[in-house]
Amino acid sequence: MNRLQTIAEFNVWQSALAGRWDETAPCLRVCDGTGCRALGSQKVLASLREEIQKAKLETPIEVIGTGCPGFCECGPLLTVYPQRISYQKIKLSDVPEIVQQTLVKGAIIERLLYTDPQTGQHIHLEPDLPFYRKQKRLVLDFNGRIDGTRIEDYAALGGYRALAKVLGSMTPEQIIAEVKISGLRGRGGAGFPTGLKWEICSKNTKKVGDGYIVCNADEGDPGAFMDRSVMEGNPHSVIEGMIIGAYAMGIHQGFVYIRSEYPLAVENLRIALRQAEAAGLLGRDIMGSGFDFNLAIRLGAGAFVCGEETALMASIEGRIGEPHPRPPFPAESGLWGKPTNINNVETWANVPYIINQGGQEYAKIGTEKSKGTKIFSVVGKINNTGLVEVPMGITLREVIFDVGGGIPGRKQFKAVQLGGPSGGCIPAEHLDVPIDYESLTGLGAIMGSGGMVVTDEDTCMVDFARYFMTFTQQESCGKCVPCRLGTKAMLTTLERICAGGGQPGDVEYLLELGDDVKNSSLCGLGQTAPNPVLSTIRYFRHEYEAHIIDKKCQAKVCKGLIHYSIIPEKCTGCLVCLRNCTSNAISGAKREVHVINPQICTRCGVCMNVCKFDAVVVN
Amino acid sequence: MDISISEINDIINKEVLGEGSLIAALEEIQERYRYLPPEALILASERLGVPLSQAYSVATFYNAFSLRPKGTHCLHVCTGTACHVRGSLQVLDRLESKLGVRAGETTRDHLFTLETVNCLGACALGPIVVTDGEYSGQMTTQKVDHLLKTILRAEADR
Amino acid sequence: MIHLTIDDKPIEVAENRTLLEACREHGIHIPTLCYHPALEPYGGCRLCVVELSQPGRRSRLVASCVYPCEEGVVVKTNSETVIRSRRMTAELILAGSYHTPEMLALGEELGVKEVRFKLPEDNACVLCGLCVRACKEIVGVSAISVIQRGIAKKVATPFQVTSSRCIGCGTCVLICPTGAFKFESVTGFQYVSPLESAYRLGYYRLGGELDLRPHFVQDVAELLISMKEEE
Repeated sequence: MNRLQTIAEFNVWQSALAGRWDETAPCLRVCDGTGCRALGSQKVLASLREEIQKAKLETPIEVIGTGCPGFCECGPLLTVYPQRISYQKIKLSDVPEIVQQTLVKGAIIERLLYTDPQTGQHIHLEPDLPFYRKQKRLVLDFNGRIDGTRIEDYAALGGYRALAKVLGSMTPEQIIAEVKISGLRGRGGAGFPTGLKWEICSKNTKKVGDGYIVCNADEGDPGAFMDRSVMEGNPHSVIEGMIIGAYAMGIHQGFVYIRSEYPLAVENLRIALRQAEAAGLLGRDIMGSGFDFNLAIRLGAGAFVCGEETALMASIEGRIGEPHPRPPFPAESGLWGKPTNINNVETWANVPYIINQGGQEYAKIGTEKSKGTKIFSVVGKINNTGLVEVPMGITLREVIFDVGGGIPGRKQFKAVQLGGPSGGCIPAEHLDVPIDYESLTGLGAIMGSGGMVVTDEDTCMVDFARYFMTFTQQESCGKCVPCRLGTKAMLTTLERICAGGGQPGDVEYLLELGDDVKNSSLCGLGQTAPNPVLSTIRYFRHEYEAHIIDKKCQAKVCKGLIHYSIIPEKCTGCLVCLRNCTSNAISGAKREVHVINPQICTRCGVCMNVCKFDAVVVN
Repeated sequence: MDISISEINDIINKEVLGEGSLIAALEEIQERYRYLPPEALILASERLGVPLSQAYSVATFYNAFSLRPKGTHCLHVCTGTACHVRGSLQVLDRLESKLGVRAGETTRDHLFTLETVNCLGACALGPIVVTDGEYSGQMTTQKVDHLLKTILRAEADR
Repeated sequence: MIHLTIDDKPIEVAENRTLLEACREHGIHIPTLCYHPALEPYGGCRLCVVELSQPGRRSRLVASCVYPCEEGVVVKTNSETVIRSRRMTAELILAGSYHTPEMLALGEELGVKEVRFKLPEDNACVLCGLCVRACKEIVGVSAISVIQRGIAKKVATPFQVTSSRCIGCGTCVLICPTGAFKFESVTGFQYVSPLESAYRLGYYRLGGELDLRPHFVQDVAELLISMKEEE
């Protein structure tokens, strides 16, 4: 496409695209994000295109691979437009039938529809899915509708209009004012008011004459993939947000620091950057405004600590990811000593909406102190695993049970972990807490980047805390004593408890250490690493005490406290468990009762998985 | 694998931005050779004007880099929270006992490298094992056995 | 001039001073380990923490060696929180260095009664980073660095063999607070341990396009040996 030289040219181009965009035209939209790709969406896409070709339909039907709309539990996902019939868990073998029955004959294939677990009813249309009903999709709106690697799609739905508005009719001060009015707070977890952050950086950039902006796409929380889906499915929204921010702060160079473990997101971002440059929307003299801005990608190299601002900057500068104490803050002295503004992916992606609709409109959503929406990755023991975007102020109960569909297998909800390894768990008695920054902190948890892990009665909270501690211990950079050695001391204690060696005084020791590591550590990693332990002790102390004093793991998870055995009456002597045991811990002959030797048994649980007669039990 | 000094030079020369591009250069070399040969660190340090000790620090700090060659097949087990809650430890245990190595190690015959990775972001599929870039979801101990058998059969056919 | 309160005393300091410098100027004792006046502050050992209160914010612990003096802040250098933190930090340092006399003395000074957690290995190196920083900032050679991360962190030369950059100045030995570096003389030139000097890794490929052997050390050794022979 030709480079757009002026704002007027952009408007003409954008209006033409908007005019041609028709969601009432027949079309198939298939989710092609990483999650669905792992389930075979690429093969489904190829097969759909082939079958449609073969069917020689009257009206041509386009097949679009879109970004992740969030309903990951039911992938691969396919939506038939214009009706918006929603098919789920598509197999390759379903494709010919879909083309013949639905596209040619217009008939709906019942077995591919979503079944409401409450009513047992089949849901035909995407907007009626209970999963989407309570969501408010500002950032994820385009995911599922556009091909993120097509700038024309983005522009057709209004993309880059905010940029045109900013360059044509707003001053930097006006932009910052608008962001302040919106009440947008950093979505990476800390929740610092974005408008204020921009204002501080802008002042410093004026003093120094130069500066940088950075997009923190190092989403390292295990179980969180919000940023990934935005980068894969709608990278232009982040680019647009960053150009607007750069203009507001008087900055001409930006970086997107993105984890190398997200190859599809990196690829799609690269494509989007090239397209934006070719269109004249990025680079020199953007839309003829005289404003220059360049954006480069910097890959992470596998270090969770590099999600911390100062470690991230060290990594961009080619050094190890060791944080340094603040002050000075990045807004004063960041990359190569210059004022640097770092924001999370989701924060940047909210900016175009705020400019297009106005800060006041944005501030209508959410609560008094927490405005707007938040994307959460709801995972774990939940029926509807996936990404949800909800208005601030919605309760945890609504997200988990209404949107998330509740706990599978009729199990009891136990706790939900918010904020990953830096966060805390919230038990059932607090499920009606509204999701906003202050309410969550009051309960010992944090908003975090949006990871929401649901646990049920079969989850051992001590093991859960141990899991998070293992993670932070591995990711600690090692610079400061409290984090490097304190987390190790905490982990060793937790491991000992889970192995059956817990001693009276262990819980008190964990609390003392946890407090100290929180207060004395240099950076956010160490300061929040004890949170999962402290919050599980706060709400589930009885589990710790059962492990230590009774040497019992109620949830039957901790290997040192459980043993597997075979019920003689149920055993048929089929030898299956014996053959599958990698430790040779099972003895017995054909048609004789098998016996597990508890001394050798590693508690891997394979025998229980393979036994067809439910003869293996765990105590 | 034969290390080509000129190829390494080319990769490094592409990064003209100076110190900030050390990690980018090393990442490309890592992808090309599946590890960082010592020559790569020495050349990167000289060309980019960075002390060799810093290059070595960087190579040992970040998970993405390895100083020893990896096996032919890389198996990554996701140990993210969602996968953990769905039983990724059992899957990892099974792989460790079948392959005879711990996570982070390479089998003696250099056929397999087993590693854990922190959340790939495909949580609905947990537990996940990625084999040479290909995702296998909802893994169980039986599926692990099947996966290994398939790879070994393909190797034998070669 | 900046005005602040330290331990209930009004203090006046010049601009661009850290809290630690202000305290030292006014005779207030603060223990340190990784701090050195000739080096950029590191903030790693966390022994120098003090309790800082800014108007409108909850008080928190900050490392005084890096935190700048700000107008109107209230600082406590020996509050209950500070004492507890320093004691735990010392206890944790001892977890990895339980036989090092300097660290045992530090532990006693800060009130450590019992070392409840011990690492399997006892190491004189407490990872204060002074040696690495001195080699970089004062000597300018960067012969050593910290490698790996977390609990596996340690000080080493590139590839953990004799460094071709090391000029044998001994600054690292002098600045180390626990004597983890030892000075030895072998065949007329000095090398520094605990680095594995005897292991010559073949990181050069003879006959390849470039000869990357560490010339410096070998040439110096040969020169010194030949000088000795001339005598």
